[in-house]
Amino acid sequence: MNYGIVSQEQIEKIDSILTDKLIKLGVDCVIVIDMAGNIITAKDNSESKYDVYSFAALAAGNFATVDAMAKLVGEEEFSLLFHKGQESSIHFSKIDEELLLISMFGQEISLGFLRLNVVDAIEQIKRLWNKS
Amino acid sequence: MSFINLKEKVVQVKIVYYGPGRCGKTTNLEYINRTFRNQIVSEMVSLKTHGDRTLFFDFLPFNMGKIKGYDIKIQLYTVPGQVKYNATRKLVLRGVDGIVFVADAMAKQREKNIRSLNQLHENLLSYKESIFKIPLVMQYNKIDLKEHGIPILPTEVLQKDLNSRLQVPHFEASAVTGYNVAATLKKIIASTIISIQKKLF
Ligand SMILES: Nc1nc2c(ncn2[C@@H]2O[C@H](COP(=O)(O)OP(=O)(O)O)[C@@H](O)[C@H]2O)c(=O)[nH]1
Ligand SMILES: [Mg+2]
Repeated sequence: MNYGIVSQEQIEKIDSILTDKLIKLGVDCVIVIDMAGNIITAKDNSESKYDVYSFAALAAGNFATVDAMAKLVGEEEFSLLFHKGQESSIHFSKIDEELLLISMFGQEISLGFLRLNVVDAIEQIKRLWNKS
Repeated sequence: MSFINLKEKVVQVKIVYYGPGRCGKTTNLEYINRTFRNQIVSEMVSLKTHGDRTLFFDFLPFNMGKIKGYDIKIQLYTVPGQVKYNATRKLVLRGVDGIVFVADAMAKQREKNIRSLNQLHENLLSYKESIFKIPLVMQYNKIDLKEHGIPILPTEVLQKDLNSRLQVPHFEASAVTGYNVAATLKKIIASTIISIQKKLF
């Protein structure tokens, strides 16, 4: 894939992976961003309205900060990044060196179950990436 | 790196305001935020300390409208200027498409401007970017202080210190009064979009 430009077809495929694996599970909102804070795609359950652009900028900064902290204590990376709130929680997962997958979800979903599906979705997205 | 979504026909462009601490980067964004309300879709995000200093960055999304059918979304960032924050300054530069270097025209800040520009050069190298290639505009800020009898560096001196090799467009400005804030922004947006078009189309 030519990073920096994504085709309509690629976005549609990613969107359908995100819908199948995460939105159908009950996740409120899923965003794929790059490490510069750009949004590749965002899917939601059409009830939640987040300000995705600000969110992406902050999420990229947050991830980069935690990543730099990991290096400082001699870790390659902190593989799980998870913020838990009363009503909603946020889960971050690295797709590759450039991309992040972020899920926002409520208390009805267990973290374990979410993680399984995130791993699945990332596998599928990676396969799609490497093919093109 | 700008990000182009061919499905939604959206181009996201990242522009960073860089410069020494207290030169007026945040004030530039605040002025833009107040003046272009109809082009700004959401609130300005500012991550700052209790003392109102930028801790990580300010972020302001700015809608440019359409060019050749593409929706241009400009993401404006500032970096924290304090010397000790270079690690976070570097993080904000990741994927940058265009830079406004804000210099503080106060005479006593001369050295700080030069040091900050040199560090920008090094920080860009760590991302394999070159200060000589990336779209860049110089802003000589706080020009209004001249009227208050505060010693100001003449533009020729600033040009010689900061812009003799780079030779990029420059503006005298005052972020508090808004003088040339929009002109600076327009110039960097234009340069950046031209450079993206060259790279991609
Ligand atoms: N007189 C004058 N003061 C300015 C100007 N721009 C910024 N300032 C002041 O300089 C201080 C630092 O500005 P700020 O935007 O926070 O600097 P930053 O560290 O670069 O983000 C604030 O007190 C501003 O009001 C300007 O054009 N003229
Ligand atoms: Mg600031």
